[in-house]
Amino acid sequence: MTTIDKTMSVPGPRGGSESGAPLLEVRDLHVEFHTRDGVAKAVNGVNYTVDAGETLAVLGESGSGKSVTAQAIMGILDMPPGKIPRGEIRFRGEDMLTMSHEERRRIRGQKIAMIFQDALSALNPVLSVGYQLGEMFRVHQGMSKKQAKARSIELMERVRIPAARERVNDYPHQFSGGMRQRIMIAMALALEPDLIIADEPTTALDVTVQAQVMDLLAELQQEFNMGLILITHDLGVVADVADKIAVMYAGRIVETAPVHELYKRPAHPYTRGLLDSIPRLDQKGQELYAIKGLPPNLTRIPTGCAFNPRCPKAEDICRTDVPVLHRVTEQGGGEIAGRGSACHFWKETIHG
Amino acid sequence: MAELNKGDEPMDATPNVSEVEAAGVAGETEAVAAIEAPVERGEPILQVRNLVKHFPLTQGILFKRQIGAVKAVDGISFDLYQGETLGIVGESGCGKSTVAKLLMLLETATSGEVFYKGQDITRLSGRALKAVRRNIQMVFQDPYTSLNPRMTVGDIIGEPFDIHPEAAPKGDRRRKVQELLDVVGLNPEYINRYPHQFSGGQRQRIGIARGLALNPEIIICDEPVSALDVSVQAQVINLMEKLQDEFNLSYLFIAHDLSIVRHISDRVGVMYLGKMAEIGTDTQIYDHPTHPYTQALLSAVPVPDPEAREGRERIILTGDVPSPANPPSGCRFRTRCWKAQDKCAEEVPLLAVPERFKSSDTPAAHESACHFAEEKDVVHAA
Repeated sequence: MTTIDKTMSVPGPRGGSESGAPLLEVRDLHVEFHTRDGVAKAVNGVNYTVDAGETLAVLGESGSGKSVTAQAIMGILDMPPGKIPRGEIRFRGEDMLTMSHEERRRIRGQKIAMIFQDALSALNPVLSVGYQLGEMFRVHQGMSKKQAKARSIELMERVRIPAARERVNDYPHQFSGGMRQRIMIAMALALEPDLIIADEPTTALDVTVQAQVMDLLAELQQEFNMGLILITHDLGVVADVADKIAVMYAGRIVETAPVHELYKRPAHPYTRGLLDSIPRLDQKGQELYAIKGLPPNLTRIPTGCAFNPRCPKAEDICRTDVPVLHRVTEQGGGEIAGRGSACHFWKETIHG
Repeated sequence: MAELNKGDEPMDATPNVSEVEAAGVAGETEAVAAIEAPVERGEPILQVRNLVKHFPLTQGILFKRQIGAVKAVDGISFDLYQGETLGIVGESGCGKSTVAKLLMLLETATSGEVFYKGQDITRLSGRALKAVRRNIQMVFQDPYTSLNPRMTVGDIIGEPFDIHPEAAPKGDRRRKVQELLDVVGLNPEYINRYPHQFSGGQRQRIGIARGLALNPEIIICDEPVSALDVSVQAQVINLMEKLQDEFNLSYLFIAHDLSIVRHISDRVGVMYLGKMAEIGTDTQIYDHPTHPYTQALLSAVPVPDPEAREGRERIILTGDVPSPANPPSGCRFRTRCWKAQDKCAEEVPLLAVPERFKSSDTPAAHESACHFAEEKDVVHAA
């Protein structure tokens, strides 16, 4: 059976929570790792907010700090060597970094859940899938084994695993990659959290399965009106599902924009370079634009703008002054909602 | 569903149009010939005919009984021409990497032939095999595991010269290696460094330099950029295109990223469960696909453009790829196909130009293994 449907435009964010505070707010977050080679500054002042029902995509290459930010939100950073010297992570207005371990434990899994990239290594190979799913109910809600198993079967049906009742006692290796990722999604959804963090949820999957999984995720998100932070390096996936995008480079957000705006007219040379460097499916291009050089070593981030050694527009000011996230406006000065660019020359990049 | 009248116009086949126009001046009969004659490519450098690889499944410890076989590659035929890039796409488990291994003669084919310049290389051994291997080289997927961490870059790139000493005289090797480093855009002074001192993109360049060392004619690239970051991917792809022009290389480019394959390939083959589903030029496959699997595959690719996405039709396949140990009867795609009928379960569709397109010169007239081949543009917004 195969369904053919026209993709409809993604509905806009469905407003914030009742209390007025956003669902999740990250403020000036810093994360560093103390290693033998020095201090690696993985996250250097990240700010973003996510509302209920909204999808924020965090886009970046490896080493840009996108996953470390997510781990800090979940509270699963290895500390030490990790350290959070500064910053706030507010969930419904309360700073999670100042909470006790017990308080955080109650939020983790129940209120904020995470979907990991590699389902095979995220699932325990010696426990059945049903046991691992049921663990959520047994630990957080004190259910009996029997009840938990019944709920696990329900969940597996929810994420459309065929013959869930027969497969609940199967082990992770008996499922295909797409099925395993569905089980990860089921596990994250078990307690109907308010926020889901999906760290590269489809990177290990084939395109046809990737489309299935992303559709399922979007459908469930809408049903439960959850906030979703989607961490990825794939500009295509982002265009399909996100409401707004934050582009990260060397631990900083270099550009924020609503999804349509970002692809139409990027306001940061890094974003522009990324967009120009991917080949297109629907047209045969000439030579690809390539951003020269390599992402910086996090123990030795360049002074000024971290992107300056690779930037075609770099001037002296870029090598000395760290650009703040400027508010991006229309040529005439009109406001563009939700846009920001951490580039000294954002005006030239977007308008000229 | 797809509008078929669209296909009557060879919109993207601009070279064809000019050819026809030029021929039209010379005379009516020649114009027809110009349409029907295939594009002149010369002799194929590599001809693959009915290549089959079955991995046996056995039971028992001492007396191993064969109880079945994983049909990884099950009858594949294609040609590779001098200086062209043939892209092979397909989902994981479709057998594309096994094809690469068979062509490199790292696996022995169960049956079928691979002709390199007219000579069947699957039957070769000893010195003759060694001579052929010099001309077919490989670039691997993972630049982290395909380079020996205990060898210097100079030793890694120079190792092919140890196996084929006639390629470079002993005293000349260091200079040759430095030349190769320069060719792939690395500093020749890095010759004594170790792989861990390089980034992923630089390591892949080392892998490419090693592939180039013996001046091969064919390079088989198995997912050469899928382990790299987006901004670095473009650098490596550009390098590979430059080297192809410089050394007149033929690439067999195996990848799962359809956008990259379109960018680099002259022709593209789509594989499904050990068989070729469809093969043609990049325009034929991407703009005028006729096999349902190709259409589903293309429509599932996320396009990095929210505007284009909204008008696109998406075909979401249900289920997973069946096991190659027990493939469906008839057409292998029928279990996931929305067009499947009784005929599909009974008859294996052959890879050929579909009957209905045979007489016309539309870009839809390319080889497709489907009983109900029908053109459908899924890439462009309606």
